[in-house]
Amino acid sequence: MSNHEYTPSSKFGKWFNDRLPLLTLANHLTDYPTPKNLNYWWTFGGILTFCLITQIVTGLVLAMHYIAHADMAFSSVEHIMRDVNYGWLLRYVHANGASMFFLAVYIHIFRSLFYGSYKSPREIIWILGIIIYLLMMAAAFMGYVLPWGQMSFWGATVITNLFSAIPLVGESITTWLWGGYSVDNPTLTRFFTLHYLIPFLILGLVVLHIWALHVPGNNNPVGIDIKKPSKDTVPFHPYIVIKDAFALLMFCIVFALFVFYQPNILGHADNYIEADPLVTPAHIVPEWYLLPFYAILRSVPDKLMGVVAMLSAILILAALPWLDTSKVRSAVFRPLFRQFYWILVADVLILGYVGAMPAEGLYLLIARVATAYYFAHFLIILPVLGWKEKTTPLPLSITEPVLGGSPNLAAARSDEKIEKTIK
Amino acid sequence: MRKLKNIFFVLIFSVIVLNSSNSAEKSPPFLETKWTFKGLFGKFDRASLQRGYQVYTEVCASCHSMKYLTYRNLAEKGGPEFSEAEAKAIAASFEVTDGPDSTGEMFVRPAKLSDKFVMPYANEQEAKAANGGAYPPDMSVLVKARKGGADYIYSLLLGYSEPPEGVELDDGVYYNKYMYGNKIKMPAPLSDDLIEYTDGTKATAEQMSKDVTNFLMWSAEPHLEQRHKTGFRVIAYLIILTVLVYFTMKKIWSRVEPKV
Repeated sequence: MSNHEYTPSSKFGKWFNDRLPLLTLANHLTDYPTPKNLNYWWTFGGILTFCLITQIVTGLVLAMHYIAHADMAFSSVEHIMRDVNYGWLLRYVHANGASMFFLAVYIHIFRSLFYGSYKSPREIIWILGIIIYLLMMAAAFMGYVLPWGQMSFWGATVITNLFSAIPLVGESITTWLWGGYSVDNPTLTRFFTLHYLIPFLILGLVVLHIWALHVPGNNNPVGIDIKKPSKDTVPFHPYIVIKDAFALLMFCIVFALFVFYQPNILGHADNYIEADPLVTPAHIVPEWYLLPFYAILRSVPDKLMGVVAMLSAILILAALPWLDTSKVRSAVFRPLFRQFYWILVADVLILGYVGAMPAEGLYLLIARVATAYYFAHFLIILPVLGWKEKTTPLPLSITEPVLGGSPNLAAARSDEKIEKTIK
Repeated sequence: MRKLKNIFFVLIFSVIVLNSSNSAEKSPPFLETKWTFKGLFGKFDRASLQRGYQVYTEVCASCHSMKYLTYRNLAEKGGPEFSEAEAKAIAASFEVTDGPDSTGEMFVRPAKLSDKFVMPYANEQEAKAANGGAYPPDMSVLVKARKGGADYIYSLLLGYSEPPEGVELDDGVYYNKYMYGNKIKMPAPLSDDLIEYTDGTKATAEQMSKDVTNFLMWSAEPHLEQRHKTGFRVIAYLIILTVLVYFTMKKIWSRVEPKV
């Protein structure tokens, strides 16, 4: 996005860059003008990239020791835990890494929802993000099947059975997915293959996601466009790099606490029992990060409609840029939207909670109300709000967040310096 | 808006109440005991692990397998840490079928350090047939395979009692207040002075339960001590680095504006 042409200083650099402009790309990434008012909720993009790389690297080594066979998968995981050098560390980082990945992605998504980052001109970034999120769920689900514990097996059975709800061809599709008449060895081997493939698809989409971001540039907490790049932005390096590094380290401390001190707390005890097709666990529950959608699925009495509701709950997000009719991006200037935003957060948390509980009695009732509210938020509240809501006045620029506030002399002076360094 | 906020709090509150009333129906709270392996620097009580192995091998092993354990594990760091000679002697007291030899015959030999723990039954069917249709689960990762972990196992071992009024038990079914559904097919396995500890510790039921649970915790998490040790170093390193990066960040951003 920097407007000046970049020319490498060395002769070889110039020769190379004329043929493959990698140095121009590197220069673009270091100079990339970033709004200076980004808060810590904006550091999760970098954190997510870290999560993806961590999953790929640990997963690669785990795959060297894992055996994708119904008779051997469980014991090969125990082999990793006991006999492979630092196998316990690799597996616990990978397993908890999935949870940390989802924790980060949920913060990232809800940040976007709060500050209206999905709105024009960033719709494509948002939709790419939704596709990444869908692929993450697929990868996480298949990864959870691989240890071939009780929850792996029965979770796989429940989820793959959802496809049987499709009219006419449902049963055939399920059989085709399983590679047989129940979840068995063919299912495990294909899940392993796909679990290995999907992260690289995600990696490709992440590149597109970042590329699409670098066209309009970052949104920011006040949600207004950059007026004057030299005044409102800082170069990505070193300002954003060091800030992202600091946030990433904080995140890693939390990550390490889980890995080293509570490595199994986010998992389910039943998954340390080897898969047994003849014994059904008392409660089949997915991993925590899928619980809200599981609650939506179960809140609809009809199987097919339940599946439709669950899928719509995710796909509705893709239509969000057009459902939210407000021209103002940031919730900071939308007093009504702000209230509804927090109700939505609570609604999703409640859905997650009832998703972990048996689908009966009061839990089922709560799940139904929460599901209805979830859809109402996107289909009714958001379109109406954009039309009815009276927003508070927007600041003139990022550097002047409060209308009529006195100009900060020190900041203004340092701005001049930056202006010089950018040029 | 105030109204919406109130609705929100009422919802949250009802969920909490719902949850607590639900958990009240569940099994009683676990028996309390002090585990040395918990906490930031948690380590196993070596003597307890050795006694736990004795309980396992003299009591549990007649029905329960531990198929992921190897005799060499008994001498490894972070475990019961028997001497290599002791572990070899333990292994040699079991027999395994090996082969085929050069003539094509299978043969029986004493177990070596590299052998897996010998299983009490040849297969699951035999185990079920010998135990009234109930399969005694493999105990290698049992602590991790039960909600409540070590506390649950410890409580279960001591949770046997006469059934309360109105509870009918079939033959070969026992009452245990910590078991899911309160019915268990394993008779109370431990009683005072059931075994004689080689180190002279008094073998009360509590002592044996604690020792064997310690042993099972180790068998489920053989690298727990290394994990805690590495974890402390990793987190200490991360904290120091975070502080340094924080001040670096402050310095860099001071060029832009007074506050980050």
